[in-house]
Amino acid sequence: MTKINHLIQVEDLGKDYQSGDTTVNAIQNMDFSIDDEEFVTIMGQSGSGKSTLLSILGGLNHPSSGKIFVDSLDLYSLSTEQRADFRSEYIGFIFHSFQLISYLTVLENVKLPMAVTGQKKKKKNSMALDVIDRMGLTSKKDRLPDQLSGGEQERVAIARAIVNKPPIILADEPTGNLDTHTAKDIMGLLKSLNQDGHTIIMVTHNPEMEAFSGRTINVKDGNLA
Amino acid sequence: MKLHNISFGNISRRKAKMLFLIMGLVIGISTIVTLLSVTETMTRDIEERLNQFGANIVMVPRSENLSLSYGGIDVGGVNYQVREIAQQSLSRLKTIKNYKNLAIVAPKVLGPVVVNGKKILLMGVDFKEELALKTWWQKKGKYPVTKDELILGSEVATMLNFLPGDTMMMANEPFQVAAVLKPTGTSEDSAVIADLASAQKILGKEGKISMVEISAFCQGCPITELTLQIAGKFPDTKVTAMKQAVMSKMQSIEMFKSFSLGISIIVIFIGSLLVMVTMMGSVNERTREIGIFRAIGFRRGHVMQIILLEAMLLGIVGGVLGFAIGNAIALGIVPMVIHDGQFAGINYQLGGLSVLMAVALSLLASLYPAFKASNMDPSEALRVL
Repeated sequence: MTKINHLIQVEDLGKDYQSGDTTVNAIQNMDFSIDDEEFVTIMGQSGSGKSTLLSILGGLNHPSSGKIFVDSLDLYSLSTEQRADFRSEYIGFIFHSFQLISYLTVLENVKLPMAVTGQKKKKKNSMALDVIDRMGLTSKKDRLPDQLSGGEQERVAIARAIVNKPPIILADEPTGNLDTHTAKDIMGLLKSLNQDGHTIIMVTHNPEMEAFSGRTINVKDGNLA
Repeated sequence: MKLHNISFGNISRRKAKMLFLIMGLVIGISTIVTLLSVTETMTRDIEERLNQFGANIVMVPRSENLSLSYGGIDVGGVNYQVREIAQQSLSRLKTIKNYKNLAIVAPKVLGPVVVNGKKILLMGVDFKEELALKTWWQKKGKYPVTKDELILGSEVATMLNFLPGDTMMMANEPFQVAAVLKPTGTSEDSAVIADLASAQKILGKEGKISMVEISAFCQGCPITELTLQIAGKFPDTKVTAMKQAVMSKMQSIEMFKSFSLGISIIVIFIGSLLVMVTMMGSVNERTREIGIFRAIGFRRGHVMQIILLEAMLLGIVGGVLGFAIGNAIALGIVPMVIHDGQFAGINYQLGGLSVLMAVALSLLASLYPAFKASNMDPSEALRVL
């Protein structure tokens, strides 16, 4: 039996895709671990398999081989619905291009992950307002996403990711659509979340952002470089 | 934040798309409501018109030896020596349970009379009731107004050579021929039709009735039940239901109902397809959104709940609007399709049924899209991670 000493342990991970008659090996034989409260950057060129790796770590994409343990839990031994509960409790996603719900206000977008948790309405509201305040968006909480700037939308996406206080935050190119100044602001925010105790795993191809993290995992052609 | 907040948010902030979805339901429901309302009005109209096509119940005195024949109905003997019903007793008809269903009560007295040396059938009638019953009569002249005016059957008029306006002597009393009937193919062709009281006097049957023809409205009241009720009040009479007439009335009405049901089924089918296609389109449009829901921890059941709740809300709105629009269309269309027709009125039971049907339709049509959405692979749906 495997002894798990890390928050996340990846063992012999592989992911194949079928593209017509060809099998594409998106990820091959990966072994690595991430500890609690680490800030890890996954770096690699476009198509290197880094985003696929992030989706597998988040319980969204079943691997073809290997295992992932999160908090000693064999992630893909869980049923689809159990993995949904796992994501609700353990993972905060910051998606590429913000991915906010266009018809919900800032406050509603932030409260979205709490729609499936059992907290009371009052508590949900106060938790959401707290994170909105932390992101400096209190005055804009009733606005719709398209009434915000790119940086503000990214802050809403971060607020939504942390509102349930998940131990792990997975961020996919969080600064990809932002100017340098705003990107650095956002990275500062992520850094402070890490200091607050969140484990952050960020995918990026921008070497400038690497400096904010404590460790980098390089991916090339589906392998650890 | 609850799941229903997401459904409400989507409906209230994407009004144009939701209106398009509701439109499918409104078209389906309003068509059904229009058809049903028009059919109901038509049914009533047809029934009223059919009821004018003659009697469907005949009451004659119970007889052991004698038999009369009138209008193809066995009402007694050829010598007209018939037993009678007391005219006063007819008021007992008012005491039957379904009295309101008796549209026309036409009493008659029958007997022989000699005119110009020839023995002829004299039929005394209450002209008001008789003319309401025999709407198919065609005549030369005008209908009688006074008690000394009468109508001649076509054969009698030919045989005795009388024309409208002529005076005819009957039991030494002068009567004016007000009208001559065109051939009807019934016993009326060979009868002299006079005022009831006058005929009773000539025949010496004051206060007596030979038979009664009744036209009953039968929607919701079985004709046999009516005949039993009448027979119960008149034990000395034989009450016969002319089931053939009733059956033909009911068949005509049933044909209209079947037709409208058939159309309704087609419309429901098209409506549900429309809702399903629109819902599928809406779900496909929301692929990314559903991916986000699943990625942040929504279970498949949560996604289904969101979509089905939206479908239910749209169903309620579509049902109410469809019912209102359907009634408005029916109100406008009835005078066009039915001459002198009047809209049957708002049927609130149909309203409740419309909303239920719209909700069921919307839910049913959304079930597959909702199932498809909930089973979406979140990583495929997002295509970003």
